[in-house]
Amino acid sequence: MPPIPLVVNGREVSVSADPDTPLLDILRNHLGLKGTKFGCGQEQCGCCMVLIDGNPEKSCGKALAVVAGKHIVTIEGMGTPDRPHPLQQAFLDEQAGQCGYCLPGILISAKGLLDRSPSPSRAQIAAALDDNICRCGSHIRILRAVERAARVIREGADR
Amino acid sequence: MSASPGLPPLLTANPRLGRWVQFPAPGRVTVSTGRVEIGQGVLTAMLQIAAEELDVAPERILLQTGDTDLTPNEGYTAGSQSIQFGGVALRLACAEVRGLFLDHAAAAFGYSRGDLSVRDGAIIRRGAPTGHDYWSLAATVDLRRNATGGSRTKSISDYHVVGQNAPRIDLSAKVFGEPAFIHDMVLDGIVHARVVRQPRRDATIARIDEAALRRAAKGPIEFVRDANFLAILGEDETVVEAVAAIAPNHVVWDGVDAINPLQEEARWLLQRPSIDRAIGPPEPSETMPGLRRHEATYTRMHIAHASVAPSCGLALYRNGHLQVWTHSQGVYPLRDALARTLDLDPAAISVRHVQGPGCYGHNSADDAAADAAVIAFRNPDRPVKVRWRREEEFGFEPVSPAMVVTVRAALDGAGRPADWTTEIWSGRHTSRPGSGGNLLAAEALPDPPPAAPAVESGYPPGAGTRNGEPLYDFAAKRIVHHLIAGTPVRTSSLRGLGATLNVYAIESFMDELAEQAGMDSVAYRLSKLSDARARAVVQHAARLSEWKAGTPSGTGRGRGLGFARYKNMAAYAAVVAEVEVDEAVHLLRVWCAADAGLVINPDGAINQLEGGIIQAASWALKEGVRLDSNGISSRDWESYPVLRFSEVPDITVEFVDATADRPCLGLGEAAGGPTVAAIGNAVAHALGARVRDLPLTRERLMAALLRA
Repeated sequence: MPPIPLVVNGREVSVSADPDTPLLDILRNHLGLKGTKFGCGQEQCGCCMVLIDGNPEKSCGKALAVVAGKHIVTIEGMGTPDRPHPLQQAFLDEQAGQCGYCLPGILISAKGLLDRSPSPSRAQIAAALDDNICRCGSHIRILRAVERAARVIREGADR
Repeated sequence: MSASPGLPPLLTANPRLGRWVQFPAPGRVTVSTGRVEIGQGVLTAMLQIAAEELDVAPERILLQTGDTDLTPNEGYTAGSQSIQFGGVALRLACAEVRGLFLDHAAAAFGYSRGDLSVRDGAIIRRGAPTGHDYWSLAATVDLRRNATGGSRTKSISDYHVVGQNAPRIDLSAKVFGEPAFIHDMVLDGIVHARVVRQPRRDATIARIDEAALRRAAKGPIEFVRDANFLAILGEDETVVEAVAAIAPNHVVWDGVDAINPLQEEARWLLQRPSIDRAIGPPEPSETMPGLRRHEATYTRMHIAHASVAPSCGLALYRNGHLQVWTHSQGVYPLRDALARTLDLDPAAISVRHVQGPGCYGHNSADDAAADAAVIAFRNPDRPVKVRWRREEEFGFEPVSPAMVVTVRAALDGAGRPADWTTEIWSGRHTSRPGSGGNLLAAEALPDPPPAAPAVESGYPPGAGTRNGEPLYDFAAKRIVHHLIAGTPVRTSSLRGLGATLNVYAIESFMDELAEQAGMDSVAYRLSKLSDARARAVVQHAARLSEWKAGTPSGTGRGRGLGFARYKNMAAYAAVVAEVEVDEAVHLLRVWCAADAGLVINPDGAINQLEGGIIQAASWALKEGVRLDSNGISSRDWESYPVLRFSEVPDITVEFVDATADRPCLGLGEAAGGPTVAAIGNAVAHALGARVRDLPLTRERLMAALLRA
């Protein structure tokens, strides 16, 4: 199998694997990026959300061959404790989470939204997160956190 | 040396102080709790309790949790009991440790004991440092001694950590995508495994087309087979997962009886044989003369835990010792069940908790750990990781049983109950792994343990009977309970157990009675509610929501209230819901007032109540396990829908007296029943017709309107 090139979190990588392998498995098992989670493997829960060329997509349903050459951003590429993305900081500020398993996927969906729509209404945020399941019921805090991050990003851009 | 009889039970069971607190290095404290983080934030609260009582900065404390090698045996992290019982034990242990150090400092250095205190681990005398601290004295204060309960805990007026909002200690790792979950664990030489599930207990494998499975596999796989336990192993998880997905088509089973799909609705329970019990005064044999009667029946389908990810377990058998990693709620009970399953000495097994996706009761976590243990035991020196498939989790987790509740009351001249009966039909709500049974892997192995008999917990708190007795002041109240042993699918505990439908039934019935009496439903409740704390939360919720009496019903918009004290012995919660109903129910707003006694971490507690409200709203509006002749047929998020972001209401939660010096009351499950009831009452108000069968789907609303 010829290696397949990808750009993951800004870094060029090339992966030797069956081209049918789900991107999720490539990230978790081949590249060691465990931040993206397995939830259902059926594109129904959003736990495995990543940005593919800027668009939030469920990585469990994307074969490696389909994403060849594309730019992938995972939760690890969003920020770090030292340099958190405003969304990550806002989730901490709002204590937006319980078990936290769904959060990487939700943060990616939210980033996808704010990257193209910096001033979303609460209804627009909710609609953008409808692909993500949170079973613990942290929804209200998550919506508040995305609103807060949007505000922080806008204020940063105004400065 | 034995522990004092006055100690709380968990300290009596784990009396050795060094099991709870250690000072391993200068400036460092290790605190152990048998409680585990299952998404509820309990570790943060435990850390606050320990920091407060030891008088050390929380940052100094490393928490050890849920490890049979290291931590106290606290049974299960379940039933909203972690703070109410585990927290109390930890608090006393920490207070005694602090007291021992102060006693020692006083004796060793000739200080007056009354002059001494602790500030961030340093021993202080009349406000000035003594130069001594926990760490300098650790070598001379022997914690290999049993708790006596003899030390005074701090006065609540001295608290500066407990009662303050504390950020979750586990949240940061999760927000930054660090490998925080058991699913993220990697061990050298790991092999991935999937189990081909036995469709029913007692089903036997007739034939396996191994060749077909090997042909379909895109890489090397192995089989582990013992009697009716069949697993597929391989180093490439993608390969193993793909084979597991098609494996059920290549395995033929004998002894698979068809299930009657009609059993997905609860009323079939009424025809089943049952184990019957009555709690309370005998029911009057005849209608009480002159008293009007009212009776109504409420039902609920089976409910899935539906954790956001399927269960996972890891195990490694090496040099005669089995190490297991699990997100089970009880590492010690799981260890004992594994010991019986594998015929091993419990001392040869270590079970360690690692966080998993949110846990709301007995799901498949124990089963996944048992799968990994059984496979690892047969494959020494190979670390085995079993991650269930989504459809496996939905299809084989123990679900919360379907229930029927009939409430009947004899009413006095003012239309208030003089005699009240809650009659409950339910499958078992508890089947945690105990005697080696109730682990799916054990049932598939040779000589499976006999099916554990269906049992109902003692009342209170009860299981199916939980909250079956209303808190209201009725002259005679009783529960009649029918435990149905034979259910079509495996059932066990889910957040709230029987309380969810029991509170739904009681609080719906109260609204029906209020309406018949021509009274406002809040005023009607308060007229029969003398418990001051109960009254306070009902009145607080009414105030929060700006409750108005006498608003017309049947307008398409409605409000309802639900109230309960969880288990009749834990936290009080009153919930008001506002809905709009057209073809479906739109939940707009929820207000909740709760009294949980002293609250350790107010923001964490509110988070728990908010989560409970949203989960209960999902149960009320959407959830019911579907069956077909093969068993559970709702095996994905399409056929088992839950509330999504666009559907969640605005929520306001407030505590009543959260800083009062009163015992902590478990609150993690307190909002569920009241929320389901509030939504039901709001829908009845909006429609002008009552829907007594959950979930409140479009089909059921239509049927209720046609009947009305």
